[in-house]
Amino acid sequence: MGTRIIKLPDVGEGVAEAEIVEWHVEVGQSVLEDQLLAAVMTDKATVEIPSPVAGTVVALGAEVGSVLAVGAELVRLEVAGEGNEEVAAAPREAAAAQAPVEKPAAPMPTPAPQPAAVPSAPPPPVTRAPIGPPRAPGEKPIASPAVRRRAREAGVDLRQVRGTGPAGRIGHDDLDAFLRGAPRAGISAARAANTEVETVKIIGLRRRIAQKMAESKRRVAHFSYVEEVDVTALEELRATLNAENRQDRPRLTLMPFLMKALVKAVADFPEMNALYDDEAETLERHGGVHIGIATQTPAGLMVPVVRHCETLSLWDCAAEVQRLAEAAREGRATRAELSGSTITITSLGALGGIVTTPVINRPEVAIIGPNKQVVRPVWQGEQFVPRTMMNLSSSFDHRVIDGYVAARFVQRIKGLLEAPATIFIEA
Amino acid sequence: MAEIAAKVLVVGGGPGGYVSAIRADQLGLDVVLVEQGGLDGGLGGTCLNVGCIPSKALIHAADAYARAAEQAKSAPFGLRVEHPTIDFARTIEWKNGIVGRLTSGVGALLKRHRVKILQGRAVMVDGKTCRVETDTGPQAVSAEHVVLATGSVPATLPALPFGGRVISSTEALSLSAIPERLAVVGAGYIGLELGTAFAKLGAKVTVIEAADRILPSYDEELVRPVARHLRTLGVEVLTRARAVGLSDAGDALRIEQEGAAARSIPADKILVAAGRRARTTGFGLERLDLNMNGPFVQIDERCATSMRNVWAVGDLTGEPMLAHRAMAQGVVVAELIAGHRRVFDGTVIPAVCFTDPEIVTVGLSPDEARKAGHGVHTALFPFQANGRALTLGAEDGFVRVTARADNHLLLGIAAVGTGVSELSTAFGLALEMGARLEDIGGTIHAHPTLGEAFHEASLRALGEALHI
Repeated sequence: MGTRIIKLPDVGEGVAEAEIVEWHVEVGQSVLEDQLLAAVMTDKATVEIPSPVAGTVVALGAEVGSVLAVGAELVRLEVAGEGNEEVAAAPREAAAAQAPVEKPAAPMPTPAPQPAAVPSAPPPPVTRAPIGPPRAPGEKPIASPAVRRRAREAGVDLRQVRGTGPAGRIGHDDLDAFLRGAPRAGISAARAANTEVETVKIIGLRRRIAQKMAESKRRVAHFSYVEEVDVTALEELRATLNAENRQDRPRLTLMPFLMKALVKAVADFPEMNALYDDEAETLERHGGVHIGIATQTPAGLMVPVVRHCETLSLWDCAAEVQRLAEAAREGRATRAELSGSTITITSLGALGGIVTTPVINRPEVAIIGPNKQVVRPVWQGEQFVPRTMMNLSSSFDHRVIDGYVAARFVQRIKGLLEAPATIFIEA
Repeated sequence: MAEIAAKVLVVGGGPGGYVSAIRADQLGLDVVLVEQGGLDGGLGGTCLNVGCIPSKALIHAADAYARAAEQAKSAPFGLRVEHPTIDFARTIEWKNGIVGRLTSGVGALLKRHRVKILQGRAVMVDGKTCRVETDTGPQAVSAEHVVLATGSVPATLPALPFGGRVISSTEALSLSAIPERLAVVGAGYIGLELGTAFAKLGAKVTVIEAADRILPSYDEELVRPVARHLRTLGVEVLTRARAVGLSDAGDALRIEQEGAAARSIPADKILVAAGRRARTTGFGLERLDLNMNGPFVQIDERCATSMRNVWAVGDLTGEPMLAHRAMAQGVVVAELIAGHRRVFDGTVIPAVCFTDPEIVTVGLSPDEARKAGHGVHTALFPFQANGRALTLGAEDGFVRVTARADNHLLLGIAAVGTGVSELSTAFGLALEMGARLEDIGGTIHAHPTLGEAFHEASLRALGEALHI
């Protein structure tokens, strides 16, 4: 028997570290070759790490939420035959910044024979985490007679009180906490204040989002600009095209039209399709229009990128958005598909809202957000006519984009969307 | 007719009634307590007069005699005793002395607490008034609150009415001589406690039990050491047997036993220990028309009956018929009357069986815990591995703990062994406080004591026993 150390593999070009977002195995579990060990997350993508060999897990390299350097010890396995422990010693030290979390029960490096009479009693579950209802329905609250009496006198039903003691025992402090939370003594059980506080660890994608959003808001001098767009003609065109109902073409939403309008608009405003490196103080204007599409996934916000929109047809854009959104939602999007955007569209779809104040996808300098479409009476000289109206909420980085430029840019988009034929006229 | 008005009327001066009266006075309520007295009662009720206390006195004396007799036969630690005898009249006198001290103590306590005691039989007129026949004539008492604490009486068997050789536990505690042959009908704790005592005093004891084993309400594991010791004492136990009456001559008990011919067991005394019956007649209860729960007065968690401001505590309200339950209920009721918010919410009511060895149970047995849907860790620690038990010459028995498998919360603790009744305190406290196995394992228990077996049993349930 030997010990085999599985290191965090190189999970993508230029990736130096990755965050453990999920363990698929636990200490003591036997794994087969190719069985998934863990999910790790890089800047953009989540990568599953399979086991290269069969063996038994003796130690996990880090807790969920920890960041491991590429090459650091991920999992320690006990394997048949010789292991690779010596070989692994160096990289392990290199990654010493992340102290591996080793379960004390794990025999290291090789398991000592254990007496047969080892207790089977599992460690009692940690009951301090105040998650969920105080206890399972029908289960009697555990409290000392003194606590029970105090509760009774205060008119508190102990079934509503969370116990933070061993085995969920309710102590005087728990009762105090409950009473502090209760608006008044004598409150009935049905209306008792819910004093639950659930602590959720911000890890993985959510942590990335938190960091990126805070960084963007901290560094970028945001300003938002909202303009009203008459999309009646655009909607008619869209309806006409969709009515063709061709099997070889995807159904069209507003998105591909907006993408094509953007391609057209940024040709006149190259500073909008750019990345601002505020440390080097350079603005990188891009010829290719790589549009990030803000996408809600079960794990949180992701921004897959439709590359080189200037080369794509309306239907290509629609198909690509659909494909990437699905990949992102299913966690299949690759690192390449999740990076490299030069400008971003954020749409809440049917929800839309009236106005949004989008956060710029740094280091980009502009983000465009269509709001919901509403049929409204619009005054046209002599009468009100029903028109399909939509707001366009955009944010710009005021450090490099002036308000006047932004307003003209939005006017350009507005013009294109209101007269959709102009989107497709070759210059 | 003289008339007294009071805030609280307590009917019955047993553990439930007198404790309720004392507590009510402490809370500033004026209290009248009616106690009818008589052969089977008086202040202190069944417990002090004809139950717990006198039986324990008799058990102790019998045990001392049996130990002396044992030394005469074989002197395991060299104590030489020659021809020990027991002066049974003196034993009874001693027992009566203890009872007298305790009952007069209760009287003194009540007096000190300004509880007005009326000697006589109370008859309820309605939910607020009763009439008491005292030595000095009838007395009417009206009260805002009535606490019914009339207790229980020995159950009778139709085939064996009390009288002559057929006696109840009450008479068994005041016999003028040790019967040569004693038949005990019923192998519950009362029958076995007294049967064992008389066997130790030299009686030839036969126990007749309808169920297939003795102490049917306790689990078999706990009962085994008791059954073993009964055999050592020469007590004959007939299970699946029924007492059908007296022989024609009246000097033997006729029994029928499953798989055997009917026969007669000659007996000088026949102790009927077929349980106890709530005392629900003779004091006008029927006039109140309270909701009943079978043979008992129905109460809720506050010990309130179906009639407003009429409360009931103790044996009258059902099983378990234990003095400590009645006392706890009495306190709850007094505090409720005084306007506090209370319920009778003890997690456990310990039960002790003063057989030889003693049995104590607190909370659930392993089977009960499993039936309640818990995953269970259970472990026992035998007194054979306990130093103190060996020095007491009392190595039969064990302490057994039952805990939830998921969070190790103790659900039940039981023990069988000499002197284990005193462990009921530790067991009860552990369960009331919501102890886990680790709490007991982490408590330093004095050495050498029997209580160490509790510690070790808890450690053993955790797989960490040190001395086994």
